[in-house]
Amino acid sequence: MTAPLLEMRRVVKHFPANGGMVRAVDDVSLQVAPGETLGLVGESGCGKSTLARLVMRLFPPSDGSILFDGTDLTTADRAAVAEYRSGLQMVFQDPFASLNPRETIGRILEQPLVVHRRGGRAERRDRVNALLERVGLRPEIAARYPHELSGGQRQRVGIARALILHPRMIVCDEAVSALDVSVRAQVLNLLLELRAELGLAALFISHDLAVVRHMSDRVAVMYLGEVVEQADRDSLWDRPLHPYTRALIAATPSTSPAARRRERLMLQGDLPSPIDPPRGCRFHPRCPLAQPRCREEAPALRRVGATEVACHLA
Amino acid sequence: MPLLEIRGLQTWFETRAGTVKAVNGVDLSIERGETVALVGESGSGKSVTAYSVLRLIEAAGGRIAGGEVLFDGTDMLRLDLASLRAVRGNRIAMIFQEPLSALNPVQSIGTQIVEALRLHRDIGLRAARERAVELLELVRMPSPRERLEEYPHRLSGGMRQRAMIAIALACEPDLLIADEPTTALDVTTQAQILDLLRELQGRLGMAMLLITHDLGVVAETADRVAVLYAGRVVEQGPVETLFDAPAHPYTRGLLDAVRIEELPPGSRLPEIPGMVPSLLALPPGCAFAPRCPRATPACDAGPPAMRAGGEGRLHACFNPWLSTVEGRVPA
Repeated sequence: MTAPLLEMRRVVKHFPANGGMVRAVDDVSLQVAPGETLGLVGESGCGKSTLARLVMRLFPPSDGSILFDGTDLTTADRAAVAEYRSGLQMVFQDPFASLNPRETIGRILEQPLVVHRRGGRAERRDRVNALLERVGLRPEIAARYPHELSGGQRQRVGIARALILHPRMIVCDEAVSALDVSVRAQVLNLLLELRAELGLAALFISHDLAVVRHMSDRVAVMYLGEVVEQADRDSLWDRPLHPYTRALIAATPSTSPAARRRERLMLQGDLPSPIDPPRGCRFHPRCPLAQPRCREEAPALRRVGATEVACHLA
Repeated sequence: MPLLEIRGLQTWFETRAGTVKAVNGVDLSIERGETVALVGESGSGKSVTAYSVLRLIEAAGGRIAGGEVLFDGTDMLRLDLASLRAVRGNRIAMIFQEPLSALNPVQSIGTQIVEALRLHRDIGLRAARERAVELLELVRMPSPRERLEEYPHRLSGGMRQRAMIAIALACEPDLLIADEPTTALDVTTQAQILDLLRELQGRLGMAMLLITHDLGVVAETADRVAVLYAGRVVEQGPVETLFDAPAHPYTRGLLDAVRIEELPPGSRLPEIPGMVPSLLALPPGCAFAPRCPRATPACDAGPPAMRAGGEGRLHACFNPWLSTVEGRVPA
């Protein structure tokens, strides 16, 4: 097996919150190979966005290590971190919030090249124009401001900005969640094309299972800060082993009205607070299959066939 | 007579850039006990239609420029304020996408239910509080009696939505307008709330106008669906046949774009080219024509009228997919 491009080893991130610690990410180990897309699904509060920010090194982990191309970022010097940042870029959910409203699109796209001292002024302009065209925008857009663009156009700009430094990997955090369906398909197609063309690896984070399935080679499912199941895409969909994964798949509305009367696993209750997660298996209070053991003992991830799953009953 | 009949509704917003025709001639009817989904992308006019029914749109800066909204035979657009208030929250109730901004943050859940009850019913305080507990039980709120004293910010997203549904159901409305009721919720909580709405609707026999952008939610919940594009209904009919064989190219495009699970993973998705037209300057013909794969020069001449396609189906298209007229196209 090729060496992973990104490797997270037992990563932990705790945040102090009123009266306790939010265990946002708790002992997560994940790998992404060069050119591979790892999908990450889970509901709000599962820690998927914190994980994205840890990978982007927007804040350091409380424990564990994150390696990119073999370099441990938690111990690396500033120069190595800068190099790492240019090789790994992020596409955000809300392109309006992530684009500076006072700068033109051209300036926004040029900025990373200036910061990383890539090329002269003319070269930078050429690169910006070429990339605008590649993401399906007219060069005139460079003179516009973010508020003059539609949601779909803004997300194309967000993608162009992520690609301007020729990264080896991109992190997409709910990159299409704010878009209307007709525009969503356009942006997903653009991501698929660019990924194949540039051989990009990706961490693709979404609450939308159908989208994650379409975009990923492998998928990890998170619940309250932990990875509960991880497998190649087809195994996860055809034979989900964790009761939470099954419930998540069952809860996703189907666009076929005939599927309405299907039997499905309905979860009770809401997501518990990550400040004081349940003891034992964190899923046990909502799990329809929970046994006394699940209340006492936290299940470790173990291999079952092609899948890694953290459930006593799988 | 339908419970609600919207005829030629036009709702406009005056802006510095000109008149935004957010709703531009919507026709829609809902029978008693029926669930009708109004589906469309952002800016299609679905929420403005819903707000216009209760005439909440004036507070949002809009103006109803034309049409009729007949509720049980009475035109809502001609009612004086007192008569309008007697309908709002009583015979027609509404739930919103963001319960946290729709609920009063400084009143307990119990107080808000009691207020809704006593506004429209001659009922004592003690009886109203008992009824509030029953309502919280009805929406399957955990520990309902204790929740009476709870404030909205102390509840989870799912529980807040249950509280808002309890308030809406207080006066046993004939029609519930649900504006993106599950959009802000996680998918497992969404499944619970949709299940609850379906069950309550069957039990109470109320009609529901469901506003959503999510075709999956429509397929799971609605009897009939109306698809909006640029302020007009472009197609409507029973969910089963409409989703199986859409007549309007826009409906088909939308369904193709979301049916990701039926495609091989990683394959190119069908897309609708271009984007929604500006509501300030709608094209003179069919508003979808510039993006439509089946458009002909005739489509730019004038807007297509709504035509019957059989089996309760209607579409506004000069070149519909024929499958709906003659049953399904053989494979």
